[in-house]
Amino acid sequence: MGVEVFMTNILLNSLALAAAGVPGGAAAAPGAVSTPACDWVELLLRVLFSLVAIIVVMSFAGLSVVAERKVCAYIQGRYGPNRTAIPWVLAVPVLGKFLQRAGLMQLVADGLKFLFKEDPLPAHVNKVWYVAAPVISLAPVLVVACVIPFGVYWSNGAAMPLSVANIDVGLLFALAVGALGVYGTIMAAWSSNSKFPYIGGMRACAQVISYELTMALAVLPVVMFVARDAESPLNLFEIGRAQSASAWFCLAQPLGALLFLIALFVETNRLPFDIAESETDLVSGFHTEYGSFKFGLFYVGEYGHMVVGSALFITLFLGAWNPLPWLAWPEEWGAVAAVLSVLTFLVKIAAMLFFFIWIRWTLPRFRYDQAMNLGWRALLPLGVANLVFYMLWLGF
Amino acid sequence: MAIVVERKRLNFFERLYLPQIVSGLIITLKNLFRPKVTLSYPDQRPTLPDGYRGGPTLVKDSQGRQKCVSCQLCEFVCPSKAIRVTPGSIDPDGEYFYIEKAPKEFQINMLRCIFCGMCEEVCPEKAIVLQDEFTFAAQSREEMIFDKQRLYEAGGTLPDKIMKWKRVKDNADLERDSH
Repeated sequence: MGVEVFMTNILLNSLALAAAGVPGGAAAAPGAVSTPACDWVELLLRVLFSLVAIIVVMSFAGLSVVAERKVCAYIQGRYGPNRTAIPWVLAVPVLGKFLQRAGLMQLVADGLKFLFKEDPLPAHVNKVWYVAAPVISLAPVLVVACVIPFGVYWSNGAAMPLSVANIDVGLLFALAVGALGVYGTIMAAWSSNSKFPYIGGMRACAQVISYELTMALAVLPVVMFVARDAESPLNLFEIGRAQSASAWFCLAQPLGALLFLIALFVETNRLPFDIAESETDLVSGFHTEYGSFKFGLFYVGEYGHMVVGSALFITLFLGAWNPLPWLAWPEEWGAVAAVLSVLTFLVKIAAMLFFFIWIRWTLPRFRYDQAMNLGWRALLPLGVANLVFYMLWLGF
Repeated sequence: MAIVVERKRLNFFERLYLPQIVSGLIITLKNLFRPKVTLSYPDQRPTLPDGYRGGPTLVKDSQGRQKCVSCQLCEFVCPSKAIRVTPGSIDPDGEYFYIEKAPKEFQINMLRCIFCGMCEEVCPEKAIVLQDEFTFAAQSREEMIFDKQRLYEAGGTLPDKIMKWKRVKDNADLERDSH
């Protein structure tokens, strides 16, 4: 089973990468003349776009670390981090005090702590994979970020996505590469050569295999809906456009949205499905043997995964960059509408991140067998039923 | 006798699990807006209850007299051997010359002290009192051994109405009255 999924992922992955190379999937304006000068500009634009995408994802990941601590504290009746301060920032009249109270400078302290700690390499680990694992858990997050359409702009009357690469198999690409993140987890677990990480890795593996199916089944009806009046229904931008000035897919397919959301919690290893690193029984699961900056990478990777996962969920079910169901930013506003669409998307990501955190500090963790039962006995049949229902509905 | 607890069968909505999640989310959301229970410690100080046992101090009476008579009971009773009293004589020309003894040096090692309050309990003069101060910090071990002057500074005055050693008139007068 594991090999199968692995092969499928590799296949999808190479497919998507091949598609990414196909011209026409550019962020820049269509029909760009391929003179050398234009190529340079286009290349520069793409690098710029990639940088912006990485900055957005990483800063959201960082902010959600602070948000995690703050929201957790508030739910538990505490204040959370509100003392850390950089002296010269604190000296700024109102802003400094606010940043201190909001715990935003704690972020810097956390990052520096991970950076400056001793970076031990245990003697009993498989060194190559042990070092590669954190990178492999973070990299897919940043790769997936490039196909997410963060907004929309209009050029010559045609709606264009604000994304790094607007590829036709964007959805497949996102699902395939996004699922690669779990290989980092498994690699870390196996190379650590220690019992707790090993068990954690096995759990992560089993969990992802179980819920990946549900996720795919939940997405299919969306693609079917989009396929009614779009040429490339796997394109994330087309999926987003299908929801402008019409019902969002979470309203049209509430069950599918719910299934996808649950599978997303599993994919990102978040409570109530964080059995891969359940700190009460597995010390800290797959990253037990990790410390300092390597652990930091895992940490950022987890939150980055949340950001990208929420972005995907928003694009698929929560109306992408549109402000309200049956309401879209009017095209006539031009650049203003473009900016507003990006802001809408970012606000939605923030809301989703809050939801992730909120759930984490509300629910207890599922036991391993409960998670498996839920996946195979409840969610998978529901996913199939959901798919069949919409197939029939669209068929007749 | 075994008590059989009857388990109610869950109804459909309870088995669905989602309504329970929603109600849980509502509870945590309410908590989000509740006032915080944290005491921002160095800014806000806790209100200490009566009879709180903080650091031991030496006190003066309302006349400004140093109450300790250097009987060394506290030194004897101290379970952690934190107190060291060096007895000395009192100024023979002073007002209270008849008390005869006062500590020449009085040391409490705050690193050894366990704040049990036995010294306070045993003191016949109410001269040693455990007060509110609970934060002790220093750069070295020597600084944590509090001497007599420091203990009196920390202690202040105990507004005690009973003047045990105060002579109302002359002792001779008292003796004459009693006969």
